[in-house]
Amino acid sequence: MSRLPRRSYKKKRMYNYLFATFCVIVTSLSVAALFTLIITIGIQGWHHLDIDLLQSYASRFPEKAGVKAAVWGTIWLCGICVFTAIPIGVATALYLEEFAKKNKITSAIDINISNLAGVPSIVYGIIGLTVFARMFGLFGTINDPLVEIGNPMTFFYFRLPFGSSLLVGGLTLALVVLPIIIVSSREAVRAVPSSLREASLALGASRWETVQKVVLPKAIPGILTGSILSVSRAIGEAAPILVIGGFLFIRFTPENVFDDFTAMPLQIFNWASRPQEEFHAVAASGIIVLLCVLLVFNSIAVLLRYRFQGKS
Amino acid sequence: MQDSNSTDIVLRAKNFSAWYGEFQALHNITMNVPAKNVTALIGPSGCGKSTFLRWINRMNDMIAIAHCDGVLEIENKSILNKSIDVVALRRRVGMVFQKPNPFPKSIYDNVAFGPNLHYRLTRKQKDEIVEKSLTDAALWDEVKDRLKDSALGLSGGQQQRLCIARALAVSPDLLLMDEPASALDPRATAKIESLISQLKEDYTILIVTHNMQQAARVSQQTAFFYEGELIELSDTEQMFTNPTKEKTEDYISGRFG
Repeated sequence: MSRLPRRSYKKKRMYNYLFATFCVIVTSLSVAALFTLIITIGIQGWHHLDIDLLQSYASRFPEKAGVKAAVWGTIWLCGICVFTAIPIGVATALYLEEFAKKNKITSAIDINISNLAGVPSIVYGIIGLTVFARMFGLFGTINDPLVEIGNPMTFFYFRLPFGSSLLVGGLTLALVVLPIIIVSSREAVRAVPSSLREASLALGASRWETVQKVVLPKAIPGILTGSILSVSRAIGEAAPILVIGGFLFIRFTPENVFDDFTAMPLQIFNWASRPQEEFHAVAASGIIVLLCVLLVFNSIAVLLRYRFQGKS
Repeated sequence: MQDSNSTDIVLRAKNFSAWYGEFQALHNITMNVPAKNVTALIGPSGCGKSTFLRWINRMNDMIAIAHCDGVLEIENKSILNKSIDVVALRRRVGMVFQKPNPFPKSIYDNVAFGPNLHYRLTRKQKDEIVEKSLTDAALWDEVKDRLKDSALGLSGGQQQRLCIARALAVSPDLLLMDEPASALDPRATAKIESLISQLKEDYTILIVTHNMQQAARVSQQTAFFYEGELIELSDTEQMFTNPTKEKTEDYISGRFG
């Protein structure tokens, strides 16, 4: 062996070192970007940040303006989005991975779902407006609904078409994140070793029992990770909400899912686009609140994930 | 071998052939598996023995391109009909895989998994089944104090015995073992082998193995597969001392394979 040309060990070490350094620099870049954001926003927004900000509604006067309506709007939107997008997304992923026959139709569905993940969110806003808010004009107009049940000032209220309501906002955001949830849940389901499926089937479990008792428990941490990331993305979306007609100036919290609403990104957009300097500072404090909401949401999700992981 | 209490035929294959798409993996297999006996399937890799095993509990249903022809019967009932319930079939035909594959659950829940699928059980009945199955799989003494612990904390050999206990818990008529000891060290292998010898008192076992000494030690009947064909089927003792076919002798004596 000694006659074979040797590779230089010095070079090996050097390249190893170079690559490690490169990775450190790249990682610091993203951390630096985050820190720059937090610091600039912090400097601009900290003096507006108090309990009044959270407790007051939008106002013409920057010193009185607050995010109460927007925070509640975002919480409702987030809830509707979670309770529609995650069940539909996970069920779709399970069907495609565990039950669907592998043929041309399923591969066509496959490609389309991956494509949908790249569609700009404003396009979903247009779909939401036509399908959910206006319902193709089949049930009258947004302001003059054909079907109305219950009292709009209470929780028990229903109308067709849905109008520019929270429900439409939540469903539209669900459309935005659905492809991402499906793709990431499929990855999580695919990562469950097939030996476990075989073990379950060989004991006489049906496909559904196998999915329910073996595949899902093992895949849940991965499913949660994907769903959490995509729902946090939905919380920050302004474009689709703007298209379906989320309001920029609202002085009440929602009573039911058919109420008018505004959301955090919308409120921030509104303040930031005003000419007065003072409103820019309010926008900055709004961003801090939004970041905190995201942080809380992500922490809950991480905790949930650890719990599920600990179990299996 | 064919003494009076083991003459019942549990499994009967007649002119059984199987394909993966265009490729024919098994050619006209005809063989009987007597009850309460260990039948070993030996042969070089890719000779079709695992394919045969996986048809018996219809695990090949999961492979879209797999299809077959001929007769495969358990207690005189065909198991190849589209109409038979594979869930009921798999309750009667247990399977142990090459690599131990316990569920990421507790030891108790692993064993109780099968019974829970098929019966409504009280806590007490479940406890009894779990204890009996673990005892039959020679694992009870090692795990009785930590039934609630994760099965993944067991050693490889213990995991494989747990998988055997899990299969026994639904009291199958026929137990299929696909190289159950090939991923284990010699001591764990010896335990599995002595376990198999005990199990044949109550169960009918069909075992695929690459290890010819193992086949000689545990089985009463041996089938030699080569390139998808059943070359020879005879009493294990006869197969290893006086094989009738030249191919068998070449393989057993280590000239190929």
